[in-house]
Amino acid sequence: MSGLCALTIHELADKLDKGEVTSEQATRAYLNRIASLDKSINSYITVDAGGAMTQAREADSRRAKGERGPLLGVPLGIKDVLLAKGLRSTCGSKMLENFIAPYDAFVTGKLRAAGAVTLGKTNMDEFAMGSSTENSHFGSTKNPWDLTRIPGGSSGGSAAAVAADLCAGSLGSDTGGSIRQPASLCGVVGLKPTYGRVSRFGLVAFASSLDQVGPMTKDTRDAAILLNAIAGYDAADSTSANQPVPDYTQGLEDGVKGLRVGLPKEYFGAGMDDDTAAALRATVDMLKDAGALVSEVSLPNTRYAVPTYYVLAPAEASSNLARYDGVKYGFRSPDGGGLLEMYQRTRHDGFGAEVKRRIMLGTYVLSSGYYDAYYLKAQKVRTLIRGDFLAAFKQVDVLLSPTSPTPAFPLGEKVDDPLTMYLCDIMTLNVNLAGIPGISVPCGHSAGGLPIGAQFMGPFFSEGMLLRAARVIERASGAMARKPSL
Amino acid sequence: MEFEAVIGLETHVQLSTKSKIFCGCSTAFGAPPNANTCPVCLGMPGVLPVLNEDVLRRAVMVGLATGCRIAERTKFDRKNYFYPDLPKGYQISQYDMPIATGGAITITLADGAEKVIGLTRVHMEEDAGKLIHGENLGHPDSSYVDLNRAGVPLLEIVSEPDIRSAEEAKKYLEKLKAILEYLDVSDCNMEEGSLRCDANVSIRPKGQKEFGTRAEVKNMNSFRFLQRAIEFEIARQTQVVTEGGRVIQETRLYDSARDVTVSMRGKEEAHDYRYFPEPDLPLFTASQEYIAAVRASLPELPDDKRRRFERDYSLPRYDAEVLTASRAVADYFEEAAKGAANPKIISNWVMGDILRLVKERNTAPQSLPVTPAMLREMVTLMDEGVISGKIAKTVFEEMANTGKAPRAIVAEQGLTQITDTSSIEAEVDKIIAANPDQVASFKAGKDKVLGWFVGQVMRATKGKASPDVVNEILKQKLSA
Repeated sequence: MSGLCALTIHELADKLDKGEVTSEQATRAYLNRIASLDKSINSYITVDAGGAMTQAREADSRRAKGERGPLLGVPLGIKDVLLAKGLRSTCGSKMLENFIAPYDAFVTGKLRAAGAVTLGKTNMDEFAMGSSTENSHFGSTKNPWDLTRIPGGSSGGSAAAVAADLCAGSLGSDTGGSIRQPASLCGVVGLKPTYGRVSRFGLVAFASSLDQVGPMTKDTRDAAILLNAIAGYDAADSTSANQPVPDYTQGLEDGVKGLRVGLPKEYFGAGMDDDTAAALRATVDMLKDAGALVSEVSLPNTRYAVPTYYVLAPAEASSNLARYDGVKYGFRSPDGGGLLEMYQRTRHDGFGAEVKRRIMLGTYVLSSGYYDAYYLKAQKVRTLIRGDFLAAFKQVDVLLSPTSPTPAFPLGEKVDDPLTMYLCDIMTLNVNLAGIPGISVPCGHSAGGLPIGAQFMGPFFSEGMLLRAARVIERASGAMARKPSL
Repeated sequence: MEFEAVIGLETHVQLSTKSKIFCGCSTAFGAPPNANTCPVCLGMPGVLPVLNEDVLRRAVMVGLATGCRIAERTKFDRKNYFYPDLPKGYQISQYDMPIATGGAITITLADGAEKVIGLTRVHMEEDAGKLIHGENLGHPDSSYVDLNRAGVPLLEIVSEPDIRSAEEAKKYLEKLKAILEYLDVSDCNMEEGSLRCDANVSIRPKGQKEFGTRAEVKNMNSFRFLQRAIEFEIARQTQVVTEGGRVIQETRLYDSARDVTVSMRGKEEAHDYRYFPEPDLPLFTASQEYIAAVRASLPELPDDKRRRFERDYSLPRYDAEVLTASRAVADYFEEAAKGAANPKIISNWVMGDILRLVKERNTAPQSLPVTPAMLREMVTLMDEGVISGKIAKTVFEEMANTGKAPRAIVAEQGLTQITDTSSIEAEVDKIIAANPDQVASFKAGKDKVLGWFVGQVMRATKGKASPDVVNEILKQKLSA
């Protein structure tokens, strides 16, 4: 039944509708595949076989009663940064190694209501800090296309699980590219919605003003289906947008005829690998062939994205991660001592190196005497960066760039060089700083056979248009037809 | 050299909303530890705050009632520090864009003069939980965390350094408390901690413009302790300077048992709170319509009520001040004074015996067995001449103990004043006949003896005779 696992969400739902397969069969097929393959990929931190089978049988009985739904009985993997009541939610950290979620995140609640089956919780960089999933307390995830390479990050577990057919689709989270960059490196579709489109309630916070939950799927239609399920207003998230949710599958096939596509020149400069540049040129041709109007535009403040992001995100993180103090839940150092010693030992032993680096960085930029020079200045630059996008969207409808400057790199290559690692997200950070949506869609492969992704960026709440543009590339490139050989 | 104290007060007021500031948990006092908690106020991973609208409304009420400007745009900030009673590792507060700024509170000084104390700001924030140390639970090595109070809404109200004495500080806090009680936004219970006050105290040579170095004094949970702590602190600083020393900037705790302030931490140990805008709560706007609607809902405030009492009931300023210091007392008075011929008499009883009972029984005037209607009826009985002022005292005590109506008490105990002249005349005749010596000395010009005769008659009639009538008859008969 391994062919079952290769199905997209909409293909599987179709078979479930027709009674050709049950959710129980599909779920068992995934669990078997995980059991045989995930030892080498390590895409899951927690597999909930018992819970998944129970949910599958429930879904089957709902279907037997005539209920239908695009996710009813569909097995998914959820990034371990999202809480699912009763399941361990580690965030890839020793700090939460044994933390059982006491409540459902807004999005996991939505999936539960839609009847989706949760296979388990996928691997990630600790507290979503990283671009390679090497910063996980539970070991690196491997790229299914080449097990000696990283899958990208921080949602590397979700991306690898989708690429390796270890789930039908997945949810990730994206603070600076954490959905799009691993999607690109693993050859799947990844969508970062507009800030506020999806509730953050139950998403463990990294940088609150940048975090968004989004779908990671085998194709654009699946991304639309998952976004339909999780988007919408949530009174429990004060930053959630009270905007109607369209059906994102509507108009998916409408093409890009007459669509004005801008190529930000700052994204096509030095540092981009040749295969990626070639894949993007081919993508531009596909768009032109489909009737899009392509022109060059400028986002002049692009070069400030990395320093701006690495002031603001750590600042918020330093505060968001203060709650992991050993007092209430999670890891507490057993070495005793007084209160201060308990705090110090707990946070010293409970957090990994990258998390501690960012906490220190964030604490520094918020400190008295440095706040104006760093945090406040970065907020001002953030406004300029957003302004760049708003100005560009007066000239064009959508922007196109590579998602990542290079395909997947070897494990260990950058892990000891944080500054080089930070540059992995140079194409994606700006979208979070501006709060706009972005999507990564497979557009080709490198000479070595590694996937390459193209990124579309659009105005606030333009997810429908991004999916439509991505769909054109998906169809024209045929990149989805290639699968990693496992 | 003569010194002058410069004092500013920071007051924390727990708002009496039903639920907490950022979640739906109850704010009820006295629940078992951690009963009133949820993932949000426990600081679980992934939770987000949502502002309780009732907290905003109450903050705007306090701002408007104290003449503040309500901010058009306001935001929350995070104040970062580690402590076990602070579940998120930061307190959500307001830093540089508070909800209200620039108000004032008017106090009346001992000599009757008014003084205006400026208000710097009013801002909203969440309370922390509390620690219970293990000694009390048989585990001296452990501390326990109770987060019932975590997330209970607070207002911080900061005065300008306009206060010049401990007495003024006390009057300021009394007036602030009265305003908060009138608005019904807080229980204002200092012992339970729903009204807490810190004082910034410094001294300077009289006439000098620059401020001296200040000490922040904490832990004063009654008006008396506030006054005592400030008095001690002024004396301490004066002594330090007089002896050639320098006051250092520090935080000091008031120790009520020893009646001293002691150093808690110095400036160099002060926290860097790393304030920054709370990203989970977007900047928001209180619309003019909203502010107007809250303004329209404000009740009459102490100063307005005092002026109205002076005008409508012809009360002296002092009476009006005492009666309006508490909304409950003012309400009691107004109810009792309804249709009363002489409100001043009602005022005397409320300021005297009613407030005495309130204090003795530690209760609200509305909960006393003596209702305003009963007090009014008792005063009417006096006006009608049915009972004397002396008997009224007896009737009042009986009302206070039994809750019986005054007319019933008078009837049951036969306390009706004797105004029937013939029965009084009979008593007078008996007493004159039995005391020829006293009659003689009266006739010899000793007018004082008249008082003695009145006393004899009153005793014989068990106090029920009308003193006016007795006087009249005695004068007549003795002069005959």
